[in-house]
Amino acid sequence: MATTISIDPVTRIEGHARISLYLDENHRVSDCRLHVTQFRGFEAFCRGRPLEEMPALTARTCGICPVSHLLASAKACDELLAVRIPPAAELLRRLLNYGQLVQSHALSFFHLASPDLLLGMDADPGQRNLFGVAAAMPEVARDGIALRRFGQQLIQRLAGKRIHPAWVVAGGVSRPLERKTGSIILAELPAMLTAARNNLARLQGVLENFQAEIASFANFPSGYLALAGTGGRPEYYDGPLRLLDQRGQELFSEPVAANYGHHLAEKVEPDSYLKSPYYRPLGPEEGMYRVGPLARLNAATACGTPTADEALAAFRELSSNGPVASSFHYHYARLIEIIHALEKIEELLGEEATYDCRVRATAGANAPEGTGICEAPRGTLIHHYRIDEQGLISGVNMIIATGHNNLAMNRGLLQASRAFIDDGDMALVAPTDQAAPPAIREGLLNRLEAVIRCYDPCLSCSTHALGQMPLAVELRRNSGEFIGRVTREMAANHD
Amino acid sequence: MSGGRVITLTIDDRDCGAREEQTILEVARENGIFIPTLCHLGGLHPVGACRICIVDVEGIARPQPACVTRPVEGMRVATDSPGLRRQRRLILELMLAEGNHVCSVCVVNGHCELQELALQLGVDHLELPALYPRREVDASHPRFSLDRNRCVLCTRCVRVCSEIEGAHTWDVMGRGLASTVISDLNQPWGEAESCTTCGKCVQVCPTGALFDKGKAPGEMRKRHSFLPLLTAMREEE
Repeated sequence: MATTISIDPVTRIEGHARISLYLDENHRVSDCRLHVTQFRGFEAFCRGRPLEEMPALTARTCGICPVSHLLASAKACDELLAVRIPPAAELLRRLLNYGQLVQSHALSFFHLASPDLLLGMDADPGQRNLFGVAAAMPEVARDGIALRRFGQQLIQRLAGKRIHPAWVVAGGVSRPLERKTGSIILAELPAMLTAARNNLARLQGVLENFQAEIASFANFPSGYLALAGTGGRPEYYDGPLRLLDQRGQELFSEPVAANYGHHLAEKVEPDSYLKSPYYRPLGPEEGMYRVGPLARLNAATACGTPTADEALAAFRELSSNGPVASSFHYHYARLIEIIHALEKIEELLGEEATYDCRVRATAGANAPEGTGICEAPRGTLIHHYRIDEQGLISGVNMIIATGHNNLAMNRGLLQASRAFIDDGDMALVAPTDQAAPPAIREGLLNRLEAVIRCYDPCLSCSTHALGQMPLAVELRRNSGEFIGRVTREMAANHD
Repeated sequence: MSGGRVITLTIDDRDCGAREEQTILEVARENGIFIPTLCHLGGLHPVGACRICIVDVEGIARPQPACVTRPVEGMRVATDSPGLRRQRRLILELMLAEGNHVCSVCVVNGHCELQELALQLGVDHLELPALYPRREVDASHPRFSLDRNRCVLCTRCVRVCSEIEGAHTWDVMGRGLASTVISDLNQPWGEAESCTTCGKCVQVCPTGALFDKGKAPGEMRKRHSFLPLLTAMREEE
């Protein structure tokens, strides 16, 4: 039977965005802005819905990390029911979260970022994709696909399906885990761990090729926000919300999820639908922080699993004084987290309590408000709901991981564009005609994309749109006057 | 076959025997001929509310609802044709466009008669613009909820409450697009004094409009096998 495979515009960020570069009269960069151009409206259309619907409804925010939304939402709903969920339910939710961490990080590292890292930032754009990686280093592509499949299958085996499973519910999960399913997952683990270790070694081997990128891809001091685990370990499901400053000193540690608003505020930008959270006492400039793999590992003193701890020790050596500050190292942190998640999956599947058949607490609507916080692959995710007396949603606030990183992404873009336009030699293609606008070299466009890619932003958390490669760069004069616009296709023609 | 005058008719060119008090739908089912239905439910009086079961009757210009049309001697009935399929799809599309049917987050996802019907009839998208009405959820009852967004006005709840439970808590108010099921005198369900909390309405509802509280999407399965048993036993008494 004939099979048709169509690959409709393939993108290497998740969602749609636009970047505006502002140049002064000397063609030097004065500002750089990231615009997230979609509006979804979850916080509005969830109102009036029964609380039990919220995990499934808000999971639709994203097709890549629906599990994170399921967990944050179900945790908020647990609070609305005013129940403590059964121990097995918590273990199973944790297990599901690790499965998602593996699949989402594998997607980010192998499918989206590895073409830049392994083929080079200036490699032919036609080859600089997963297929190019598969041609040059087939074992890398195979590892990436296998790791992602492992994570996705774990989700399917636990929850019934890979995307938007309805298994995580208010009060726990809907079905216990069977032992034979646990055995099937365990049998696949050793090969996955080997694959993850090999690729970490591969990344460590190429890091020296990226000194310029490491120095300028959002390499600046910032706060680091993450859930805090016991004993300084990274935590992904439940724990105090903790912010460290640029030196790694604790700014706050908040055990009550509902109090997140005391510490975090959100700034609304006129040119982006993505809000910008910041540490309230310091304001948006000084109070900028980062979330996600880099923040979690900066906040941890040990992983608590042997292979990940070895890797974390090497990661620590990237910075002699305190936290690792370059967002380029998100990739590195992501691979360590894959290893850690695989080891935690093994640990959880070895626990007797994971297979207990009591997995759900049932109750009515017993509390007016509920807040759920968990660590999504991209960082801290907050769902906050209010309900009326009938248990119908009357208010929703969701702070999505990509939002936390918004200020840092913008500042990172500015830093990188200055480094590569003002100080670099690769920047603008000199116009042959005086009247023609300056053009941008493809290598620069890719580096700006790559800054964003470090954060693995889930802009698809805010889009359903289909179609073209999402990233476009606009050049503007200081006055705001539009000079030119470049997209991937145009840039490919320039070079 | 017992009681009533026996008449003969053809359904899809097959000779069928019927009693005059039967409906075309009943006769078709007795003879293993499938006609899709939605508002019909064995054990409740048919009302012809949804028109999904329309069939062509020779000599009558317009299609007739099989659930409320009596057989007549010599009648020739056709239950399937491209025209009937197109009209059934249109009826279903109108129902879907009129409410807010979001299967993926619905309590009966995977166990829904409306969803099953859409699959049967091949309605995988809407050609009509959806109206997206603003309709409230009534969650005032301690055990059950009513989500009017998912109601197709089949009136099974109204009939089971009136005919079987004898409470007549439910009825229909308004006309056209404004039609809606109401409890008692348009009070919140939790305040409807006539409701006995028997839950029959919830079980017979073909969609996720009536559901048990606490159910997550996909978790609600309707069971109405009790209905024919209940009516049969009452007839015996």
